[in-house]
Amino acid sequence: MIELRDIRKRFGALQVLDGVDLAVAPGRVTALVGPNSAGKTTLIKSVLGLTRLDAGTITIGGAPIDRDGRYRERIGYMPQIARYPENLTATDLFAMMRGLRRETGEPDEELIDALQLRGHLEQPLRVLSGGTRQKVNAALAFFFSPDLLILDEPTAGLDPASSGTLKDKILAERRRGRTVVLTSHVMSELDELAEDVAFLIDGRIRYSGPIRDLKRATRQLSLERAVAHVLTEQTARAGTERAGTERAETERAGAA
Amino acid sequence: MKMVMQIAVYGMRELLRSRWLLAYAGFLAAATMLLLRFSDTEAKALLSMVNVVLLVVPLTNIVFAAMYLYAAREFVELLLAQPVRRGRLFGGLLLGLTAPIAASSFLGIAVPLAFWGAGGAAFGTGLIVAAAAAVLSLVFSALAAAIVYAVDDRVRGLALALGVWIALAIVYDALVLMAAVHFADYALERPILAAMLLNPVDLARLVLLQQFDTAAMLGYTGAVFTRYFGSLAGMLVAGLAAASWVALPALAGARLFRNKDF
Repeated sequence: MIELRDIRKRFGALQVLDGVDLAVAPGRVTALVGPNSAGKTTLIKSVLGLTRLDAGTITIGGAPIDRDGRYRERIGYMPQIARYPENLTATDLFAMMRGLRRETGEPDEELIDALQLRGHLEQPLRVLSGGTRQKVNAALAFFFSPDLLILDEPTAGLDPASSGTLKDKILAERRRGRTVVLTSHVMSELDELAEDVAFLIDGRIRYSGPIRDLKRATRQLSLERAVAHVLTEQTARAGTERAGTERAETERAGAA
Repeated sequence: MKMVMQIAVYGMRELLRSRWLLAYAGFLAAATMLLLRFSDTEAKALLSMVNVVLLVVPLTNIVFAAMYLYAAREFVELLLAQPVRRGRLFGGLLLGLTAPIAASSFLGIAVPLAFWGAGGAAFGTGLIVAAAAAVLSLVFSALAAAIVYAVDDRVRGLALALGVWIALAIVYDALVLMAAVHFADYALERPILAAMLLNPVDLARLVLLQQFDTAAMLGYTGAVFTRYFGSLAGMLVAGLAAASWVALPALAGARLFRNKDF
């Protein structure tokens, strides 16, 4: 569904994405994991065209993404932070998006009911609580039944009941054959939702493939343990390399 | 174009419900009304209004527009994730912002004038003052757009906006005045005329002062300006200068917006 080839992006002195290669399989849920500042959000924003790449190509369904933006008709995006114009209502917002996307079909209002948003639709978005705004954010991502859902920390800020409702919705969309890419800091949640995992460290993909295989390779039972295993392995290796160079330097100093 | 309008309409709807814009129009209206009430002649009231317009409109507009665009940043991200071209989104955003501000500037002056003014020739002059306020609104909100998409940090961006205002509304005149005093022995009409055209605030001041009898007090220089702006060519040059002051920052903003990492 999504193919990324040698994606590079630098912000000032920081090489955020350092040659990312990744293929996201269609009709599956892919979890994007990695430590803080590994480049997860930058990667998502690259696929959406929000970030201009230094190098590399991205294709969605075989077609390279371009500046025209038509390809985004197929994408539903849920950003990490939901901030809206203060005086618009949720109804205005849905109508606006509908116009921008030139959508004419019946919208998917399932989440509006399931997350109990009906009563808030006519209020200015400014008066809604952070959690309620996050629910509007979620409902909007699913509203136009997109083929590809990109969800950045979808359950952050939601109460357990709403979080459960949203997870059920993600699983239901998966059964309908939709492709989902999501990030989360809650590994157990990804264990529950995702089939594939892409593991991003320091701007590179360390592992990508089925979660099942990652667990088998690391001999761990949960995704959390498996990810931790890979991370400690990484740190240990970096440590060995550093020790190696230090030893070489000491030897050189001794010889002199 | 349809998409630009769609985005602009929502921007306008959002702004028309905001209290800031209402307060701004209310302030202009109150100032116009009070000046009309308490000045001896309507011409004097309008002349005071010119000074309010030249100071207050640029300052409030550049700060308001910059704050609005910074606050809209996350929402713009969400809009950019929709199938919209960046250029069109920027056009819609800028139109949705500048149209209500410019309309507030114009109506804030024109409406009280229609209610409390004596009418006649002074009303025509008043409308020119209102129109100049609207043009200044366009110029300074376009400048704000260029600043917001050039500077990511909002504190530094707002500081830069203030700096631009101080430079154009105050420092520039001081420099021109210093130059005029320094080179008093030379014929300065033309260089000063050029200097005035290069600053939107001075351009507005010149065009507006020509509408009043006080222009005679500008002496020989004033006469040069009157002759210049009285001619069709002068009017065209002034119009062109004003249009460039809207177009150039807007185009710079569009260029920055198109290549930006959100």
